[in-house]
Amino acid sequence: MKKIYLDHVATNPLIPEVFDAMAPYLKEEFGNPLSVYEYGMKAKTAIEDAREKVAGLINSKPAEVIFTASGAEANNFALRGIALARQNEGKHVLVSRMEHHSILNSARFLEKSGFAVTYLPVDKKGFVDPDTVRKSITKETILISVIHASSEVGTIEPLREIVKVAKEKNIVVHTDAVATTGNIPVDVKDLGVDLLSMAAHQFYGPKGAAALYVRQGMRIVPLIYGGIQESGRRAGTENVPAIVGMGKAAELAKAEMKNRAEYLRPLRDRIVDAMAGVDRVYLTGDREKRLPGHASFCVEYIEGEAMLLLLAAKGIFSASGSACSSKALKASPVLLSMGISSSLAQGSIVFTLGMGNTREDVDYVVNEFPAVIKRLREISPYAQGWGDREEGGEQCTVKE
Amino acid sequence: MKFIENVRPDVTTDIVYMMCPMHLLKLEEHMKELEPGQILEIMTDYDGALEDIPAWCEKTGNEFLGMEDSIDFYKFYIKKRAR
Repeated sequence: MKKIYLDHVATNPLIPEVFDAMAPYLKEEFGNPLSVYEYGMKAKTAIEDAREKVAGLINSKPAEVIFTASGAEANNFALRGIALARQNEGKHVLVSRMEHHSILNSARFLEKSGFAVTYLPVDKKGFVDPDTVRKSITKETILISVIHASSEVGTIEPLREIVKVAKEKNIVVHTDAVATTGNIPVDVKDLGVDLLSMAAHQFYGPKGAAALYVRQGMRIVPLIYGGIQESGRRAGTENVPAIVGMGKAAELAKAEMKNRAEYLRPLRDRIVDAMAGVDRVYLTGDREKRLPGHASFCVEYIEGEAMLLLLAAKGIFSASGSACSSKALKASPVLLSMGISSSLAQGSIVFTLGMGNTREDVDYVVNEFPAVIKRLREISPYAQGWGDREEGGEQCTVKE
Repeated sequence: MKFIENVRPDVTTDIVYMMCPMHLLKLEEHMKELEPGQILEIMTDYDGALEDIPAWCEKTGNEFLGMEDSIDFYKFYIKKRAR
């Protein structure tokens, strides 16, 4: 049976060159970067080389890159670390409703710790309005965190405009750029952000390596205490092989980014265009300002989980909502925040393409998926409509 | 402890919230770069620096000028010794 992996926002396979770069550090080069003898020095040199490559990908200084173990850790570190470092200046934080759980749950932690948090609403395409940001700022606001692009609906936020609003009031801005870094241009100077989270496995690097960009001069309270790794800001013996892999993946992503995006966009558009012709299937997110390989929909009258299972039986591996909410069988908070009804949000399906996908794969998906929808609707109790449940299709965007 | 005010440092390093022993590593790193007679300012929130920095100066022959207590961190001033 065919196996078509269409869940690249969940994770990506390693590029062989990345694996090759990592291999020595999983075998003979096993040293601890803090050790002063040869093994340690080689490991130290390897992570500093990786730091330079990651800095090159986002146009920062190497010293502004702090390695972490995951994008979630980078997000926790940013939100909690900045809130604690600046709490004498104010105790109000803004986060958008498009955020990943690692931001939303960190924000909830801050609320329990005595901070006030405002959750910024979004429009039906998932955009945060910079004017809403402006109106939500108070004298107490110290930090704004807005995701660069949602992994659930692919919408790319107007970050530059949001940063402009924040800088009028001297407020620190963090962005979760896990879905974008390595996939579309991410330039910290151009965006103007103070902190930015990224993860290697989103651009064909390994899991277990990620980073937080912290603009030079920013104070941040550590999340993990211990030794002086990462200039005394993030303790714990470094995952040297994974960091080396992240460096290699960053180098390749920088060199190949344009080609990758140009390869993925037509494949994505083929799925989006094909699904526009299927009854009561709605594109979620914006048609243009979205991630190059991202096609997400809400399918009326059926559940995402059922689609995932039937698609998987045909060798198509995709997601419903976020990777986390796929498991939890829970309506995605991101979709709900976009005004999509909870009934319709249950029918979420997300196809995310990668460099291993071909035109044939996409043809197969656009042929098989409508049949899966038809079959599920035949057995759906809501096939004739939602009954007394709310209608949802008007809130999505594909049928304009 | 020696307190001091209105010092004009030649170099400032902000290591507030960075873990111990970054205060000693940064101290050594910056002192190597300074010319004799120049003054380094270190900002840190680490309480152990209250003992460590004067002791380091004593050991290395550099002059510990004193410190200033800020709201949530300390400022230490060290003058590089003559050759």
